[in-house]
Amino acid sequence: MDFAVLWAFLIAFAVFAYVVLDGFDLGTGILFPFLGRHESRDTAMNSVAPIWDGNETWLVLGGGGLFAVFPLAYAIIMPALYAPIIAMLLALIFRGVAFEYRFKTVRGRWMWDVSFFTGSLVAAFCQGLALGTLVQGIEVSNRAYAGGWFDWLTPFSLMTGVAVVAGYALLGATWLVMKTEGDVHDIARRYAYVLAGATLAAIGIVSLWMAYLQPEFYTRWFSSTAQFASVAWVPLLLMVFAFSLFQSLLAGRHYRPFFSVLGLFLLCFVGLGINFYPNIIPPDVTIWQAAAPESSLIFLLVGAAVLIPAILIYTGFAYWIFRGKVREGEGYHH
Amino acid sequence: MFEGFDPVDLARFQFAFTVSFHIIFPAFTIGLASYLAVLEGLWLATGKPVYMDTFKYWVKIFAVSFGMGVVSGIVMSYQFGTNWSVFSDKTGPILGPLMGYEVLSAFFLEAGFLGIMLFGQKKVGNGLHFFATLVVALGTLFSAFWILSVNSWMQTPQGYGINAVGQFVPEDWWAIVFNPSFPYRLVHMVLAAYLTTAFVVGGVGAFHLLRNRYNASARVMFSMALWMATIIAPLQIVAGDFHGVNTLEHQPAKVAAMEGHFETNTDHPMPLTLFGIPNMETATTDYALNVPYLGSLILTHSLDGQVKGLKEFPRENWPNSTVIFWTFRVMVAIGFAMLGVGLWSLWKRYRGSLYESHWLQRAMILMSPAGFVAVLCGWVTTEMGRQPFTVYGLLRTAESHSPVSAPAVGASLVAFIIVYFLLFGAGTFYILRLMGKAPSPYEEDTPHQPTRTAGITPAPSLEGRNVPDPAE
Repeated sequence: MDFAVLWAFLIAFAVFAYVVLDGFDLGTGILFPFLGRHESRDTAMNSVAPIWDGNETWLVLGGGGLFAVFPLAYAIIMPALYAPIIAMLLALIFRGVAFEYRFKTVRGRWMWDVSFFTGSLVAAFCQGLALGTLVQGIEVSNRAYAGGWFDWLTPFSLMTGVAVVAGYALLGATWLVMKTEGDVHDIARRYAYVLAGATLAAIGIVSLWMAYLQPEFYTRWFSSTAQFASVAWVPLLLMVFAFSLFQSLLAGRHYRPFFSVLGLFLLCFVGLGINFYPNIIPPDVTIWQAAAPESSLIFLLVGAAVLIPAILIYTGFAYWIFRGKVREGEGYHH
Repeated sequence: MFEGFDPVDLARFQFAFTVSFHIIFPAFTIGLASYLAVLEGLWLATGKPVYMDTFKYWVKIFAVSFGMGVVSGIVMSYQFGTNWSVFSDKTGPILGPLMGYEVLSAFFLEAGFLGIMLFGQKKVGNGLHFFATLVVALGTLFSAFWILSVNSWMQTPQGYGINAVGQFVPEDWWAIVFNPSFPYRLVHMVLAAYLTTAFVVGGVGAFHLLRNRYNASARVMFSMALWMATIIAPLQIVAGDFHGVNTLEHQPAKVAAMEGHFETNTDHPMPLTLFGIPNMETATTDYALNVPYLGSLILTHSLDGQVKGLKEFPRENWPNSTVIFWTFRVMVAIGFAMLGVGLWSLWKRYRGSLYESHWLQRAMILMSPAGFVAVLCGWVTTEMGRQPFTVYGLLRTAESHSPVSAPAVGASLVAFIIVYFLLFGAGTFYILRLMGKAPSPYEEDTPHQPTRTAGITPAPSLEGRNVPDPAE
């Protein structure tokens, strides 16, 4: 059994779980100043307050997991992304503390509103920069990052930054459509149309740009008609989800828009996977080169096999307890 | 800016800064989570509302501290990679899986049940809510287990091999997880967390008792906290002694530096240097105030035991004695002060005047941040005492660093300092404001309504909701 590949899928799963889960709560933060009255903002925040902490734990699993099973990748990627990672961590602090601080003060509430919005926006943008930097390739020599300090800043990475902000905002908007009613729900639904358009445009631009970024990416899609036919289901299915998103928004549905966006994210993720595999850091470092020794992979796999299903069960249970619409003024707050 | 600085020093300072800020929160929440579980358990068992009132008072403070702990902790999990990438590459196969277990068995558990614990009492009912509180408390302990195993392996590595590219690779997981210093460090840290919390809770109780000695919740806090101090402080001193002896066995240079002990005591018993200024240049401890025999007695448990001095070790492997001599002494002094407060309270209990003793209450307020100071001093001692290595004796700190230049590390360091003081300063302000509010029975009851149950007399141990004022 190839444990390195198995772990690559598990880490990819953790990253995907992080992206969609924290995606909707970062997205809620990005939309925060545009929701009107402060009561509406209370409602929006209360819709994510009981679960945001669990959502961000997937980020720790992504980072910690990479350290554990692909230590070389962790050791190369983190210095390569030095500035965006530090900025993201600081931004996550700004938004994380706002959940509690905001309800401890009336006079200073505006500060924590700003902190929540800015933190969410910067964190999302930095994650987009990180994605762009990884995709465009990282210079490696002698088991270490060998590039410069601003390699992460390119037109392409700025584009992926914008794309991730738009995508998270769309997740946030459809989350609010699903979890709220009244004013917030109506506003979020209106934003969802615009953001859906922006996100789809960004997906299109980034996908085509990628194909020309590294020759290997191009061959994964366009080397032959047969090759294209074997991967064409990804863009086709993406179009199905895009249709489902618009159709369900128009039909006034509450749940389907959010799940349609999850579908869009999943397909983008699969598309990235088709470009990357079997590299973990394009263009040079493969999954097997970066993997820890087999005994490390197996030791953690035993725990993961038991604990990840348990985590999914009790996390699901927590979501179920806080299911349904969050009503105005019905916060938990002390 | 920062061009003249050594990036390794800046990265060390950055790690020290972020991890010191971070440890403050877990040190408090490990203890507080257990305390909340005990309070809710007592409430379910006895039905006395005062326990639920006290629970509700502290759970608000817990929520704020826990949030700060989470966000400052995420930083830690990425800082290994950003500033210490060579360390990460080399130790990842061993330390990574241990941290992976921490995330999987502790962080998710805490996060999954924290929402229910904080916001779900009305939604899930008492039984399940208590279960959530217990699980959160258990999660904090699992977390301590794994991260202290990681730290201990860096202090006393074993069960590893080294592969062709220079990585530490696991050979015996049991030996890795239960490395020689781990059991001592785990016990020492968990007890420290309990003591830290006890002194915060007791200090808040004392503060409100001084204003109103009939506040039932404040009485519960004060009495329970002092029981903890009375029982845990002596246990902690014993645990600390065992930990010290273990360190002497595995990291003798650290102990020599902690004691300002430069020359091996070949022909005489080692004295204990109570005070002095270890001088790293001249390799002497200046202005030393010595107690004969005590050094040998404490470290070797015999009157004339020999202890290796720093000069037995190559000079480039010396930890900084000037600093850790003092941090160690501050920690020990606080430990004994805690023991003193515990004994004092025992005497006051015996005399039946625990809640009337203003001086004990003032002392408790003064001591309320003492646990944090002791925890920080203890960590500085053990971490600086491990220098100049990241993995003791095997991987030097100077060889663990990322290929990151000084300006990058310096700029991020400044950003961390500004943001941490700003945001965690605000959090501390909100916590202090919550602590400044007197705990009160829930609204349905009229304040100062005596609960007259059979058998209750106005004795110090009385734990009704509000104690009738004997003068009334």
